[in-house]
Amino acid sequence: MVVYALFGVLALVALAPVAIALNASARATALVYSASLMITLIVGTAALLALTGYDGAGSAVTLPLGLPWLGAHFRIDALSAFFLAVINLGGAAASLFALGYGRHEEFPGRVLPFYPVYLGAMNLVLLADDAFSFLVSWEFMSLSSWALVIAHHRVRENLRAGYVYLLMAGFGTLALLLAFGLLAGAQGNYAFDAIRAAHPSTGLAALVLILVLIGAGSKAGLVPLHAWLPLAHPAAPSHISALMSGVMTKVAVYAFVRITFDLLGPPDWWWSLVVLAVGGISAVMGVLYALMQRDVKRVLAYSTIENIGIIFAALGLALAFKAYAMHFAAALALTAALLHVFNHALFKNLLFCGAGAVLSATGERDLEKLGGLIHRMPQTAFVFLIGCTAISALPPLNGFVSEWLIFQAILLSPQLPSWGLKLMVPAVGALLALSAALAGACFVRAFGIGFLGRPRSDEARGAQETDTHSLAAMYALAALCLIAGILPGLFIDTLAPVAQMLTQGRMPVQTGVEWLSIVPIAESRSSYNGLLVFVFMTASGMIAAFAIHRLASDRIRRSIAWGCGYPDPGPLTQYTADSLAQPIRRVFGTLVFSAHESGEMPPPGSTAPARLTVKMRDPVWDTLYAPVADFITYASERLNVLQFLTIRRYLTLVFMALVLLLLVLAIWP
Amino acid sequence: MNKLTFDIAHMLAGSLVLVSFMQLYQDRLSSLINIFALHALVLTASVAWQAFVQHAPHLYITATIAFVFKAVVIPVALRRIVVKLGIHRELDNVVGVGLAMLAGIGLVALSMVVMLRVTAEADPLAREDLAFALSVVLLGLLMMVTRRNAVSQVIGFMSLENGLVLAATGAKGMPLVVEISVAFSVLIAFIVIGIFLFRIRERFDTVDIQALDRFRGERQ
Repeated sequence: MVVYALFGVLALVALAPVAIALNASARATALVYSASLMITLIVGTAALLALTGYDGAGSAVTLPLGLPWLGAHFRIDALSAFFLAVINLGGAAASLFALGYGRHEEFPGRVLPFYPVYLGAMNLVLLADDAFSFLVSWEFMSLSSWALVIAHHRVRENLRAGYVYLLMAGFGTLALLLAFGLLAGAQGNYAFDAIRAAHPSTGLAALVLILVLIGAGSKAGLVPLHAWLPLAHPAAPSHISALMSGVMTKVAVYAFVRITFDLLGPPDWWWSLVVLAVGGISAVMGVLYALMQRDVKRVLAYSTIENIGIIFAALGLALAFKAYAMHFAAALALTAALLHVFNHALFKNLLFCGAGAVLSATGERDLEKLGGLIHRMPQTAFVFLIGCTAISALPPLNGFVSEWLIFQAILLSPQLPSWGLKLMVPAVGALLALSAALAGACFVRAFGIGFLGRPRSDEARGAQETDTHSLAAMYALAALCLIAGILPGLFIDTLAPVAQMLTQGRMPVQTGVEWLSIVPIAESRSSYNGLLVFVFMTASGMIAAFAIHRLASDRIRRSIAWGCGYPDPGPLTQYTADSLAQPIRRVFGTLVFSAHESGEMPPPGSTAPARLTVKMRDPVWDTLYAPVADFITYASERLNVLQFLTIRRYLTLVFMALVLLLLVLAIWP
Repeated sequence: MNKLTFDIAHMLAGSLVLVSFMQLYQDRLSSLINIFALHALVLTASVAWQAFVQHAPHLYITATIAFVFKAVVIPVALRRIVVKLGIHRELDNVVGVGLAMLAGIGLVALSMVVMLRVTAEADPLAREDLAFALSVVLLGLLMMVTRRNAVSQVIGFMSLENGLVLAATGAKGMPLVVEISVAFSVLIAFIVIGIFLFRIRERFDTVDIQALDRFRGERQ
């Protein structure tokens, strides 16, 4: 299996020179995306089907590449098979979408060569079985996605986004490098097998945990390392944004799970405190940021931060249960986290594709300039609505199932023996509940302002329905969202080998439960039946529609929209994205963003418009990034002198450095 | 191992360090080139002895390369350059001789301490050899740092490379191809540096590298 997956990676990477050779013609666009679609679809389906067959050992291969004494180890076990499925199915959907969307690309030559390489690099990260090939593939993934972020480099913001992204990616890789260095120990054996066999001391393990949280967390977008994410994800073309947000963040989650659950040995109880806190804060902060944005793609990018927070909170919970050998509860929390990984990949892909369809139809990303699209792009609106429902965790769709499972795991927390966790877990639960509610508001806002009402600009008025390929991709994702929501038992059972491998526990088998219900703990405690909810909702909706149209008048009456009493009922007098966010901004914004509103009324008799100015500051940027940036600027100005030394001075510097290192070696105990 | 073979290897490597010290206090270019030729001769002897001790015939080739290029071709060529440039009487020293010698002694002590600690398990011949080789490398670097004239820097670089060859032959099982490529890279470096010397001279009328710094604009 691992060999076939590697061939898939090779085929993807080989597409890059083909794309360059074809010189970005229309044929190249079709070829690259359809080939990527085929490869990712095959690898993803194979991984999904093979998932149940894997235990801890998996299938491995060692290639004579990379470091001469190490070679390049690759392996597929249950965990990487699951993530392979997520990444390749997401990649397949994005490729299908791009078959249509990519035709509008202004500079295909800047996108096509990097796209398959990016997909291949993500696959390679999941296959890597030693620290060296892991880090190389990780960096490969970062660099190829960076090239995609700055594909439209004439836009000033994109260049800045690329710059910040490159810095943060380098920083994150550095943290991972140090983490692996600590894990490999003094012997420097970088194969994962050797790392797994060696158990680091408590202090060392704590340091590794922090480094991994920084390294993987910065790629995943955990607060406060998220600053690059809302800049970089929207800057790329939409199918790339979908991949970065829906899929690449999952690779980061994989890195975290692989190291903390698999390589680092048995966890300490307090590890989970850190992870839970970071996860809970990311969830709430992410969705609050999302609510304040006007750019659709930025809303989606910030909502990724929220979902990553939810996933990390569930992972922290799994760590806590694992530390106290509560295998069953750990399996529940881990399964919930992984299911949310899968679900988020589906609906975030779907939503970014929808945003891409809107962007190519109107040329607008600003919510305040959209509106009324449900009449002009009815099918896009329909699938986007499904995505919004799923991400807001409403039944019967998939988002509900995973978040419900996470809350089931939270409800098991009173059984934890430690008081710190007993207090912490419910607090995080409250944060998650808050973020779930705010996410609902956020997507009501995104859908309502974007698709409902009357068009707010000429571009929105002239929008056309998007092409069939894009629609096919979005329908496929929406269908998967629905299937995963109705048949969650199937997915939970598929994840059982992963949970078994990482927590030594497993959830009860779900496929045998009657009527497709899921029973995570015991029948007496809780159960959920997605099918029943779906049937009930469909039936009651149809009965209601039937009743209204049959029993009441079915005449359609068209009249002028009510202008709320304004004399000039232009489209701009509608409810806006900012006005929808205002109550939430007033409640949370003053505290979190130090938001400040000032109204300015014209004097009586004047016909000048009244103005409302809102000032917000990003607390993370102000307190964390700005000082670091200032320091780096200061230090590099000081060190700039080193650029202009004489040859002899340079030689002296090298010489001194050598002597110093030798001295250290001589007096090292 | 025979006590005598060890002693002779020890003596030859030690002499190489000694000759490096001699280079350090030669501030006249023509005599510096002579000492460099001596350096290469001692290296040749040392490599040949290693070839004899280790029964490694390919090391004789290394010794021959060292002799032909470093003891004959390069010194002759350097001398011609120096005469052609008319700087064979020039004095060249930045740091005082005493200070340079003191620093050199410190470096030798340092490399002894480091090498003897690091290679505790290696066999004694290789250990001593490596320690001396590191000293020669460090002394070569020291020479490059303390000299101002480009020719003496070239010589510093070449003697540094001699230290590397000493280390390579001391360790058993170094493939011949590596040594040959090292030897040729040195030759190429010599050619390149030689060309540069003439170019520098043509342009700036001197091979004092401080002149270069002046022309880069940050010194007046």
